[in-house]
Parts: sequence; structure tokens; C-alpha cells
Amino acid sequence: MPSPGSRAFFVLAGTVSAWPTPAYERELNVELTGAEIFVQCLKDEGVEYVFGYPGGAVLPIYDALYQQEAVKHILVRHEQAATHAADGYARSNGKPGVVLVTSGPGATNAVTGIATAYMDSIPMVVFTGQVPTALIGNDAFQEVDNIGITRPCVKHNFLVKDVKDLAETIKKAFYVATTGRPGPVVVDIPKDVSTNKTEYHYPKRIKMRSYNPVVKGHPRQIKKAVELIATAKRPMVYSGGGVILGEASRSLVEFTRLLNFPITNTLMGLGAYPSPDRQFVGMLGMHGTYEANMAMHNCDVLIAIGARFDDRVTGNIEKFCPTARIIHVDIDPASISKNVKVDVPIVGEVDQVLKAMIKEFKDGAPMPDAKALEPWWQQIEEWRAMDCLKFDRESELIKPQYVVETLYKITKGKAFVTSDVGQHQMWAAQFYQFDKPRRWINSGGLGTMGFGFPAAMGVQFAHPDETVCCITGEGSIQMCIQELSTCRQYGLPIKIINLNNRYLGMVRQWQEFFYQGRYAMSYMESLPDFVKLAESYGHIGIQVTKPADVEGALKEAMKVRDRVVFLDFITDQTENVYPMIPAGAGQNEMILI
Amino acid sequence: MRHIISILLENEAGALSRVAGLFSARGYNIESLTVAPTEDPSLSRMTLVTSGTDQVIEQITKQLNKLVDVVKLLDMMEAPHIERELMLVKVRAENSGRDEVKRLVDIFRGRIIDVSNTTYVIELTGAGDKLDAFLQAIDRGLILEVVRTGVSGIARGEKALHV
Ligand SMILES: Cc1ncc(C[n+]2csc(CCOP(=O)(O)OP(=O)(O)O)c2C)c(N)n1
Repeated sequence: MPSPGSRAFFVLAGTVSAWPTPAYERELNVELTGAEIFVQCLKDEGVEYVFGYPGGAVLPIYDALYQQEAVKHILVRHEQAATHAADGYARSNGKPGVVLVTSGPGATNAVTGIATAYMDSIPMVVFTGQVPTALIGNDAFQEVDNIGITRPCVKHNFLVKDVKDLAETIKKAFYVATTGRPGPVVVDIPKDVSTNKTEYHYPKRIKMRSYNPVVKGHPRQIKKAVELIATAKRPMVYSGGGVILGEASRSLVEFTRLLNFPITNTLMGLGAYPSPDRQFVGMLGMHGTYEANMAMHNCDVLIAIGARFDDRVTGNIEKFCPTARIIHVDIDPASISKNVKVDVPIVGEVDQVLKAMIKEFKDGAPMPDAKALEPWWQQIEEWRAMDCLKFDRESELIKPQYVVETLYKITKGKAFVTSDVGQHQMWAAQFYQFDKPRRWINSGGLGTMGFGFPAAMGVQFAHPDETVCCITGEGSIQMCIQELSTCRQYGLPIKIINLNNRYLGMVRQWQEFFYQGRYAMSYMESLPDFVKLAESYGHIGIQVTKPADVEGALKEAMKVRDRVVFLDFITDQTENVYPMIPAGAGQNEMILI
Repeated sequence: MRHIISILLENEAGALSRVAGLFSARGYNIESLTVAPTEDPSLSRMTLVTSGTDQVIEQITKQLNKLVDVVKLLDMMEAPHIERELMLVKVRAENSGRDEVKRLVDIFRGRIIDVSNTTYVIELTGAGDKLDAFLQAIDRGLILEVVRTGVSGIARGEKALHV
């Protein structure tokens, strides 16, 4: 695949090169239109890609984008995909994702993706077109209250009413989106703001009196935590997505190894600690490992780092970690003691706090008693020996777990893996052993089906030479299947790993367990021929029905570098995800296979 | 427990709806809410009366602080404070009833600010419970209309909420 920066890429992209330098780059002190200011701001912000879709209210902006090359616009096929792609881009490389959509339906289509990013604290700036200021409130054509609709699912949003405020607002948007606990920010730009003119000035730095994210953990709290850690006999480290967002993976590894503590990661936190490592006991929560959940339930000191005690993690809150004293490190004060009352709260950047704790121990603070840890590790090894993720390896049918395991093997754990929502997502999390942060990209908080494929596009743009796989189900993939067209246009070599069980599998599993097998609307009929479908977009489709062909097909797919390979694995329809903590049960009340 | 929370927020369009939206989205209750610009035109001051367990109140203040438009806030219950609310009550006032109403208004240190042949408008300020007490004391059947502004609060002594 040509890298997205190269010329060939642009021919594919249908963008024309060799435009004359726009007037405003040649002369100083000229007045620019809002649209030109918009583009200039993105350049000054270092934005590489804008994922978007045009329409009336943003035509001036598209016109300005057309006349330059620095900021590349990626045309998706549905605005939801633009937000997921920008989100995947952001998750995989840490830079904010940028989206541009038109007013009305363009903006409402983007809402699912905005909410998805919000729930997982992903830095993103979404520009929505708006009707001209004079028409706002008149039920004008394609008018909708973008600020009102997005308010509950953004970190913040802005309506720009005057072109004079545009540059500063854009600066604020990037600042708010990327600092503190990150999140999506919406900037609503009325059409006349794009066409009015003013002088351009992009502020280098910005200060907002009403927004001062805390960065440093309080030294006294850090001391208290270190003292509590020293008393631990059955310790447990529980870390989440905050470690990845906070670039604190190295410190987490150092901290955990220094203390020889067992560690579990949340669904969002996978990859922050190398999964193949001995101290790693697997993911925790509803479909977490037996050893992770049992260790949580029985620990005496719990160190929660950048995790938010989500109900899919805690199970029944009344029964959560009954014997533990809890330390909670998080950048968001509102995350602390929200669901579970903690003993030592520390508000601050996780990386800084981890480093401060490591320093305390290195400077001579008492360490936990290594001898006392031995029986705890023995106990954990006994739980681990239960082998809770075992599955039937003799089956005639393709077991979904086997597909993920094989993918892990042949990519040597180095691929970027996105997923949708359902059983396949859990198998991906359980069987692909992530050993680096930002490789595992999934919608943990909102649980958005349709996320995986467009997110993979964003990942591929951020990492043009890496292998990007989307592990999905036949239900989820159909929610953004139109993006096959986008992938063709930009030559994205994404591998779609469709674990096709002809069921909305996760729904079917709940119906089997909790609704006496009444499978209401969970069977997927009238599925397309995915092979032909992929081919009709100019991609490659491969159907795999036998376990023996799984590895070969995956290897074949890895060779393709210029288009999508859609691997349709026909899997065992009745396979369930184990272990499982039923909703409302305690962490030690797992259903095992 | 009942709490009075005073908030300084950016005087921006939509700031009020962010606060109101937060309360409805997270299921917190609002007993009353008042808002007006301050001496600094870029700031509004809001006073919110809410109730909940300590844990809920802690979440409310944290979530409010998280709103980008919120500059500063103070839970008035943390220190001695003064609470005031203004109430206007229109009552039926006829014949001998007129004197009785007047006496009651005097006891509560209210004022009668409008008089017609058949009605009075009474102005009363005080803490919320004083206004409640007045409404308890007066014959319910006489009340035609009640308007309350909602509570405002300010800390006693040196403590002040400003940027
Ligand atoms: C947009 C959206 N709608 C509905 C759901 C509810 N839901 C969760 S998992 C699931 C089934 C997913 O089926 P499929 O993609 O085939 O994956 P499988 O569970 O079979 O692996 C559904 C419907 C959701 N998470 N997202």
C-alpha cells in the first residue's frame, strides 16, 4: 500500500496536487475567510487527517481544504464512520482525531461516534456545520441544535458565532480535548462564520480560568499509598484505560515488577502490561479470567490505576473486593469514590503518581514482605491451573477462540486489533495477548457495534505499514459495511476477521443462560455472501469452513497490502464466552465451562 | 441532607443548560436554582439547592467542577452562611380578613406592597423555612398565587466566593 503521505496515495484519493499557494500564505496581514482560518488552524495544530463528509453548511470549508495539501481529508461513506475512524486514529497513536461533518443529518449521524469516544475518554475534535447565524432557531433547512444534542456526550462544545472567535475557539477545543481526562469536543460552525473574514492569529498557548486539569498527585496521599502497599499480603494491581491514555505503561510495568504483585487489566487497559508475562493474570470482569476475578475478590490491598470501577468490572458492588483496602489513582476526581468508596484517593496523572511511588520505594520506604507474598502467588497459580479459557480443540467446527489464537500466533502479537461488540470482542480480548499499549482498539464503554471496521481505517492511516485486523461478527460488520468503499478508495489493507456464527452471538448467549433459550431476534438471516460483497468493492473475500484451513487463510491474507481481505470464518454457532459473571453476581460467582 | 451550592460560571450561552442537563442526566434532584450575572459581566452566579447523601453531594460537586464552564463553586454547608429567598404572595384580603393578614405579615416582618379592594401582595424575605412557615400560618384558602425566587446564599465573615 502506498503510504497515505505519498503521491500515489493521493492519486488514489482523488485529491488533486500542484495547486498554487493560496493568497493568504503569500501575503501577511490579509484577512482570511473563516474557512481559510479553519484550515490554517488545523495546519498550525499539526493535524494530518480530517475524516469527514461534505454538505451545504460546510461547503466553504471544503472549498478551502481543496486548495491546499497539508491537511488531508478522508472521505468516508457515513458520518458515524468518520467519528469512529478519527477515534481509532486517536486511540492508536495518541493524537487527537479530527472530524468534519455538515449540519443536521451529518451531525446527528456523528453522534454515536462522539458518544463512543466520550465513554472511553478519547481525544477528538468534531467540527459540525451549522446554518447561518441569522437562521439559527428558525427550523432552517438541515438545522439541528448540535450543541444541545451533543452536550451530554462531549467533554465540552462550542458554538462559534463570530469569525473573530474562530481561531481561539479551535485552539481551546484541541486544548480541552487533549488535556486532563481526554474526551471529544464539538465545534459548531455556522456557514456565515466560514465565509466572513478577519485577520488570522492562532494563539500559541491558551489559558482558561475555568479549566485547570490537576496533574500532580498529592505527596501526602502518595506516602499513604506507599505505606498501605507495604502492609499487603495479598495485593492486586487493577489497571485500566487511563494508563494507556496517560502513556504510563512503562511506569506501570516497573512498579508491578518492583513489587512482584499480580496484575489484571480491564478491557480498556489491555496492552498496558504485557499479557504473556507471568505476573499478568488476565483480564478481569464479566468475561475475565477465573484467576483475575478470584484474586480481586480475595485481595487485601487493591491498587486501582486509571480504572473506573465500571459495573462490568465490579459485578455486584456490595460483594466487590470484600477484604480489600483500596488505593485509587485517577486524573479525574469525579471518578474517585463514584461507584466504590476508596481508602486512599490520589488525583493526578497516573504516570507521575506511579513514578513518585516507585521513587519512594527506591529511596528506602519499607517494601511489602516478599515472604508473605509466596502463599498468595501459590494460591493464584492454583486458580490459574483451572485453565478457565480452555476450549474444544478437537471440534470439526471452527472454534472462534482458535481463530483469534492463530491470528495471535501468525502476527506474533504485533498486529493492531480492532473489534466490534459481542462474543467476538471478548474472544479477541481473551485470546490475543497484547503486549503493547494502543494495539487493542475497542469500544468498551458504550459498546458500539459498527465501531471496529471504521476504527481500523483510522488505525491504518496512523500506521500505514502495520498490520491492522478487525475482529468482528456478522451482525456488527453490517453496521458500517459501507466503508468497504472508503477502503478501496484509499487502498487500505485491513484484514476483516469475521467470526460468522449466524447469530447475534452475545444476545443469543444471554438468551440461552437467562431467558430459557427463547432466541428472540438473535438469529441473523439473509446474510450476504461476504466473499462476493468484498469482491464487488474490489477487495478479496475468502470463506473458511474447516479448522485446518484457518491458519493458511490468515497467512494468505497477511500478504495482501493494497486492499481489504474479508475473511469469513464460519464458526461453531453454539459457542459461548466463558467464564461469565452474570449481571448482579459477585466476582467469585463465575459460570465456568 | 439539604445543601446550598454556589457556583461561579462563565456567562456563556448554554452554560445554564450544562448544569441543568448534568442534574437530569445523572438523576440528581434540584430543589431550586437561581442565576444572574455578577459585578463582573463575564461571570454568572448560580445558587443551587439540592439534597442527597454525603456521597451523592460529593459526586455533585465533583461533576459540577468538571464542567468546563464552571469556574469555582462552594458548598455553603461547609461553613457558617446566610441564606435568603424572596417570596411574593397574592392573597384574598376582604373585610375583617384584611387586618388578620396584616398582623400575620407584621409578625413575619413582611411588607404589603400592593393593595386592591379585594387583594394584597405580600413581600417576604428570609431563609426558605421561614417562608414555608408563613405559608403554613396563613389560611390556605386565601392564597391566590405564590412566587418564590429560590434560595441565594453567601458565606459569613471573610470567606468569599470570587475568582
Ligand atoms: C449499536 C448496537 N446495537 C445493539 C447492541 C447490542 N448487542 C450487543 S452484542 C450484540 C450481538 C453482536 O452480534 P455479532 O456482531 O454477530 O457478534 P457475536 O456476538 O455473534 O460475536 C448486540 C446486538 C450493541 N452493542 N450496539
